[in-house]
Amino acid sequence: MTARPRAATADPPWLAGLLIGAALAVAGVVLVLPLAAVFTESLRRGWEVAWEAIIEPDAVSAMQLTLLVAAIAVPVNTLGGIAAAWAIARCDFPGRRLLVTLIELPFSVSPVISGLVYVLLFGAQGYFGPWLAAHDIQILFALPGLVLATIFVTFPFVARTLIPLMQEQGQAEEEAALTLGANTWQILWHVTLPKIRWALLAGILLCNARAMGEFGAVAVVSGHIRGQTNTMPLHVEILYNEYMFVGAFAVASLLALLGLITLGAKTALEILSRSRMGSHA
Amino acid sequence: MSGTALFRLRRQALPGRGLALGVTLVWLGGFILIPLAALALRPWEKGLGGIWAVLTEPRVLAGFRLSFGASALAALIAAPLGLLLAWVITRYEFPGRRALDALIDLPFALPTAVAGLAMTAIFANNGWLGEPLAAWFGWTVAFRPAGVVVALVFVALPFIARTVEPVLRDLPRETEEAAATLGATRVQTIARVVLPALAPALLTGFGLGFARAVGEYGSVIFIAGNMPMVSEILPLLIVVKLEQFDYAGAAAIGLAMLLLAFVILLGLNLLQLLLRRGQP
Amino acid sequence: MSVRITGLSRRFNGQAALDDVSLEIARGEFTALLGPSGSGKTTLLRVLAGLDFPDAGLVEIDGRDVGQVPARERRVGVVFQHYALFRHMSVAENVAFGLRVRPRATRPAAAEIDRRVRELLELVQIPELAGRFPDQCSGGQRQRIALARALAIEPLLLLLDEPFAALDAVVRKDVRRWVRGLHDRLGITTILVTHDQEEALELADRVAVLDRGRLAQFAPPATLLEAPATAFVAGFLGEASCIPARLSGGRLESPLPGLAAPPAWPDGALRLFLRPHEVAVEAGPGPGLVRMVHPSLGAGTRVVLELEGHVLEGVVPPGLPVPERGGPCGLRALAATAFHEDGSRARLA
Repeated sequence: MTARPRAATADPPWLAGLLIGAALAVAGVVLVLPLAAVFTESLRRGWEVAWEAIIEPDAVSAMQLTLLVAAIAVPVNTLGGIAAAWAIARCDFPGRRLLVTLIELPFSVSPVISGLVYVLLFGAQGYFGPWLAAHDIQILFALPGLVLATIFVTFPFVARTLIPLMQEQGQAEEEAALTLGANTWQILWHVTLPKIRWALLAGILLCNARAMGEFGAVAVVSGHIRGQTNTMPLHVEILYNEYMFVGAFAVASLLALLGLITLGAKTALEILSRSRMGSHA
Repeated sequence: MSGTALFRLRRQALPGRGLALGVTLVWLGGFILIPLAALALRPWEKGLGGIWAVLTEPRVLAGFRLSFGASALAALIAAPLGLLLAWVITRYEFPGRRALDALIDLPFALPTAVAGLAMTAIFANNGWLGEPLAAWFGWTVAFRPAGVVVALVFVALPFIARTVEPVLRDLPRETEEAAATLGATRVQTIARVVLPALAPALLTGFGLGFARAVGEYGSVIFIAGNMPMVSEILPLLIVVKLEQFDYAGAAAIGLAMLLLAFVILLGLNLLQLLLRRGQP
Repeated sequence: MSVRITGLSRRFNGQAALDDVSLEIARGEFTALLGPSGSGKTTLLRVLAGLDFPDAGLVEIDGRDVGQVPARERRVGVVFQHYALFRHMSVAENVAFGLRVRPRATRPAAAEIDRRVRELLELVQIPELAGRFPDQCSGGQRQRIALARALAIEPLLLLLDEPFAALDAVVRKDVRRWVRGLHDRLGITTILVTHDQEEALELADRVAVLDRGRLAQFAPPATLLEAPATAFVAGFLGEASCIPARLSGGRLESPLPGLAAPPAWPDGALRLFLRPHEVAVEAGPGPGLVRMVHPSLGAGTRVVLELEGHVLEGVVPPGLPVPERGGPCGLRALAATAFHEDGSRARLA
């Protein structure tokens, strides 16, 4: 018997080859090239110069600030996201769809507007500006402002990965636990969280990547005070504007690494959760 | 539940509703709704005339044209590219497929400032792509509106690919087999059966990518050059207004931007209803 | 012959889905492929449609070897299990699809296509649905659309893949008869794939029973019931219970009284297949334990009972007392189909 004819739903090899080639070319130019450029530019004058730029005190304090901001913003949005997912997927009340829409709202708001709204509230001429000034409380151009702006832009990440998953899973297992005498926390800890842990982790990962990499929102609220309110992305911008290109690209490649690690971890999580589909997705 | 409650909530078996809902509302209200309310209120201290004056400043008008025009163009360019990527990773098995799949999310994971910096480096006159483009075609991309479009294509691409992908994956194989038994060639099947079935998802992806592109800041400002009237995007104009301590003006631009994007998305949704016709 | 299949085999990862299957189907015949899931019936249908290709063997349709011909050149109409309608096209566009994708040279003019679509929709009695979309139609209507769409290409062979599975039990019977009536009017050679024996026996002129990729028997429905060729066919069709027995020294050793040993069989293990009406049950003491009792129309009372660890079904003749559930009962075999371990078959009484 000769070779098996092509299946009815398989594309002719020339078409498949053409499309795969085109896709790789697109990905190469649009996705890989920028990444390669960051690393190449940072090493343009050798490892030492790049390393100097990274361990320079302003850069180090920018890293510390970035970590601190993420360490506050991510847990806030994780707890809020879990509560929201529980309320929406496990409870019955009017307006659930409106609530979902409102939670996703920050994704459709420009990062600059996310910063702007806090300036409107807490800026010198903001609604609470005079009161804050009178009590000597600093929100804008300080850590609280950076945290607030970061919470705004990373707000939906955890909630939106959990809500569809929990809705799809249904609540039969929680109800079973309830009939077996479990209380709220026991149900959450022993039944719900194990079912959603991979999605939760993926959501936290993405939330963290965005929190550490956010630029527009924190640019508006930071005031760019070196060594005090500069996060890593803002530090990159300052170096770039001061024509310290190698430094800018060196810090940028750290951020790019963060992005790559996030991608890798997310892919690993997906493979992991798929291979355990049988027990718990 | 007390009879005076705004909603009379039905009793339900699973516990934790009060707590979960309470936490959610505080979280949502405190971090999102109250700040957004400030955005909605602030412009009106200028009065309607004042708002109109801000929005019709030539520089602001140029910003609207650039932000919305470049975003639409970028989403339009990204649509076929995103479709191509989604098609290839769902339909073919080839070495590197998983890597390509992961790579599509890069614009989600890469900090916007890094993307902007990288684009600038590539498309600058001495960059990897900027140099040949200038030498062969005499095109300059960086520090011009074209640069804005290029950066926004990068931003919009994953939205389109990731919206189309699940629909493409779930498309029943039987439908394509039915087309084959009815005598359609593979190309006819793709053109008449598969692509029309993807059209609504493609439109949704276009809308998401477009909306994100309109608000994008970090990827754009490095490559845009930020020349007044030529390559200033709206988010940048908001920053400019803030630096001039014109809070109301900044809020007016922000609010107008949000509303215009909202109206456009609404229009896209209506178009999608038409596209889907009988489909639920 | 309209369809001739010779020595057809298809393996998936070393597992035989079809194993040396040969069949001949006459022009205009209505044939059913019957078997449990995994029996290879769907694979056979896909091979006939050109959606899958055999590892070995010959497929001829109207005398033409189609083994290497792709689906779109076969003119085989398929009604898919879930109909696979094009959701973004109206009903009329769905039906017209097969005509519109023809090469320009053989494509009918637009007006002609419209006329044919109208005709087909009238044929399947849904002309009023032309402008609707599949999602606005009921299950039964979708099935008619799928049928009209398959008929539009004037198929040499019509394949129906479990076409009634998605329908309510209530409409299923009506639709079944309607489909058979349509076949009788159009005379298109038709193959129905089903796991539902009632459907196959009622609709088809001949039924091909598939057992793990092999053709167990291909015969008219009455023959299948009266003279099953293998133990599998005897067990799969007609609600038969199976009881093991032994033949030793010419004597039949079976928990069931009432059966004579088959003459001239060597000693060995037997399997007895008994239909409910072949087991007479009576109230009173006996070896049987009554598990369930349910009345049936006309034919006495059906009893499910346990006999030395085997479950079988029998009938209490009308007018006689009915045993109580949980109590003992007597029983006697009136007839049975016996299969020897060497494969030979006999009818016992």
